[in-house]
Amino acid sequence: MRWMWIDRIVEYEPERFMAAIKNVSLAEEHLHDHFPACGSDEALPLMPASLMIEGMAQTAGILVGTVSRFREKVILAKVGAARFERDVFPGQTIRYEAHLERFDPAGALTKGVILCLTHPALEWQEIGQVELMFSHIDQNMSGIKFPEENFVFSENFRTILRTAGLLELVDE
Amino acid sequence: MQETMTMTRDELFKKVQEVLEEALGADEDEITLETSLTRDLEAESIDFLDIVFRLEKTFSTSDKPFKVGQGELFPENLMENPEWVQDGKLTDVGMSMLKERMPHVDFSQFESDREVSKVAELITVNSIVEFVERKLAA
Repeated sequence: MRWMWIDRIVEYEPERFMAAIKNVSLAEEHLHDHFPACGSDEALPLMPASLMIEGMAQTAGILVGTVSRFREKVILAKVGAARFERDVFPGQTIRYEAHLERFDPAGALTKGVILCLTHPALEWQEIGQVELMFSHIDQNMSGIKFPEENFVFSENFRTILRTAGLLELVDE
Repeated sequence: MQETMTMTRDELFKKVQEVLEEALGADEDEITLETSLTRDLEAESIDFLDIVFRLEKTFSTSDKPFKVGQGELFPENLMENPEWVQDGKLTDVGMSMLKERMPHVDFSQFESDREVSKVAELITVNSIVEFVERKLAA
């Protein structure tokens, strides 16, 4: 499945909270470019922070989408703040926790915490925080018409919702 | 939490300044009363929503919520109403509507130009302070 940066939704509280996990694997090609061996420096595969922002945006975006039962087209409009304190390596699991701070006909604000499952202690350690703003684009882009169908929440998202038992949240 | 009703104008300005620093990533010294949000601080439409959310959080108290309605700070969909805008310029009806709905904005320099694309530039830091002051007093 292309461009899905979460593997599974694991917790959901309507209109408040969603948590999703992602397992980081050395089989993912991008890790070999981030970072490859260079001169005397050995390869250092790390989960890119930009893709962790995307993972949080997908978790939080689904949470925002559930409020309108996915009738609104929810677009990431602004990364208000993003702080990362630790690296994530292949073999580790990332947990994205998104809290819905504010919801409005025009858009929404979410605050998120990113955690990483450490080995061998098997403890969740906070590694960063991401604050995001989402726009309901049909309400905002004056004069621009978008297709009727909800192209934001495509088949990929339906699969994620189905595996979490949340498909009933989608209005057909 | 400080009682918002008793704030002086200078205290209001300081709080608005903090909101804009956070929402737009601007430095304190870039934000004076005359600063235009779009022209000087490059605010985009989503930033206005961010600013509204932050103003609501900053100025709400336990007994009085500070709630900003959609289009209250800045009217939306101006272009879609031919009574308000013709050939990219505001009509007399459009000007009256804007003045009535945006008492927090100074239109004195804009009367002769009336170009709708420049309306957003009229929102200054002073407009936001004025907007908050009026809403708190209402």
